[in-house]
Amino acid sequence: MKRWLSGFLVLLAGAAGAADFDYGLKAQRVADGVHAFIGKTEDFTPANGGNIVNTGFIVAPGGIIVIDSGPSRRYGEQMRRAIAAVDQRPLVLVINTHHHPDHFLGNQAFAGVPLAALPGTIKGIGEEGNAFAENLFRLTGDWMQGTEVVVPGQALRAGHQETAGRRLRLLALAGHTEADLAIYDETSGVLFTGDLGFFERAPTTPHADVGRWLAALDALEAITREPGFRAIVPGHGPVARDAAPLRQTRAWLNWLQMALRRSAEEGLDMNETMARAIPAEFAVLPLSASEYRRSVGHLFPGVEQEILEPAR
Amino acid sequence: MNLMTGIAAVLLAVLATVRPALAGQDEVDPLASPRWADMRYLFPEGATLRFDPRVRVLAPAVAENPLQVPLTVDASELGPVSEVLVFADFNPIVEVMRFFPEAAPAWLGFRIKLQQSTPVRAAARTADGVWHVGGTWVTTVGGGCTVPSAKAGSPDWQARLNQVSGRQWNRGAQADRIRLRIEHPMDTGLVAGIPAFHLDQVELLDAAGQRLMRLQLHEPVSENPVFTLRRGAVAGPVEVRGYDNNGNAFHARIAP
Ligand SMILES: [Zn+2]
Repeated sequence: MKRWLSGFLVLLAGAAGAADFDYGLKAQRVADGVHAFIGKTEDFTPANGGNIVNTGFIVAPGGIIVIDSGPSRRYGEQMRRAIAAVDQRPLVLVINTHHHPDHFLGNQAFAGVPLAALPGTIKGIGEEGNAFAENLFRLTGDWMQGTEVVVPGQALRAGHQETAGRRLRLLALAGHTEADLAIYDETSGVLFTGDLGFFERAPTTPHADVGRWLAALDALEAITREPGFRAIVPGHGPVARDAAPLRQTRAWLNWLQMALRRSAEEGLDMNETMARAIPAEFAVLPLSASEYRRSVGHLFPGVEQEILEPAR
Repeated sequence: MNLMTGIAAVLLAVLATVRPALAGQDEVDPLASPRWADMRYLFPEGATLRFDPRVRVLAPAVAENPLQVPLTVDASELGPVSEVLVFADFNPIVEVMRFFPEAAPAWLGFRIKLQQSTPVRAAARTADGVWHVGGTWVTTVGGGCTVPSAKAGSPDWQARLNQVSGRQWNRGAQADRIRLRIEHPMDTGLVAGIPAFHLDQVELLDAAGQRLMRLQLHEPVSENPVFTLRRGAVAGPVEVRGYDNNGNAFHARIAP
């Protein structure tokens, strides 16, 4: 069955006319010297090849800092060419914001450039990277050909960091995963939130701790109140000039948490909880229905455990 | 009409009515599973099987986390049911569990482990011996931001083995509902070096001492199983008892 399925997916990939495996990456200028590649607000499919994620780069005086490397080797290679089309300076650093595959599987294309991430992300990529890559191969097909996991060698710490003459503020947060890095470029006022921020696309929660995530959103929103703040590049969804991605992510998580608690309190099982309607405010977000159901799968066991009492 | 032709006519009539029941054997599997023919070994020789939409198996069409696929089995529309067999055609361990409803209706929610995409089915046996089969396909995928949660087992699980937590609902839409969770690793034995270790028998009794339901569990039931069932008429504390395949027994009461 598995073999049949992957054959089917490969067929689909071919049918989608993706034989040249071109992600069509075009850098979007966010601010002076700051650019982003904005992915589709879709699920992984053989048609999009995994280009559902935002990546970006900062042109510093001494070279270019790359933020996330995308879902595959091909993506990383094409990203590298698209960066060179904007600025020819050497690449000085590639940062992975967290250990989800759409954010680091392009690392291979940046051989020779130092790769950096939070210690928790380095550990996560080392432990789960291969399983993620295998999964993505199944979901997107031949786009992934030749992709191998490259674990970042350099550990990042929270705080200010001067890289290639650019002052970056690194925020070591958590909640979307065990280790989520947000990067604030103080020169331009652009905040890269990683997957702590989703915009116009329902958030994903496979490794989420909702309480910590909400706290991280507060920390990020404080930055948007600083005078120099100019824009947010979320992990998924369009660039924003205000805190809207953070507020939207927070509203979704608050509702999700409340909905799961209410279901558990009412005695519903997981299927019944999945079948519940999503309020109109959230139902309009792309992928709201599928992400809600997935989140029930990820989070409901923990929530229901809280309301069951020890029996003796 | 003489006696002989009379008997023959009755026989023919009987055959005509029996035929559809027997025809269940040759009915086309509504889930079009290439493994359906192999599933016959789960049933006694000569058993009558009938695909029956009244046996509902509720599961997500796409199961994000193959270690915790929620199933809700409802065969209560059939009337009295003595046994329900739950199985998954393509699972390495096909048989998931059997439950035997007594004072409780034939309705049970729980979660299972799936190795790959597969039909998941419930076969409910009624008093006439007929197995009524319902089911649904579950596709298992994962990946990217959509991979299964990987929560490492906590080191002190042995101290909590077979601990039961639970709750009853007596008001509102879910009045008469019981939910319970039993701490158990439910190891399948398919992982190298880890032998099969799973809950085997669980039974629930109401305050009047009537058995609500007996469950016979196999390896594919998820880790730390959670069950949702309906209590039936008698209110009051519900007693849970059982043991695993290593003989570890437990006994607990779920307060009303
Ligand atoms: Zn992510």
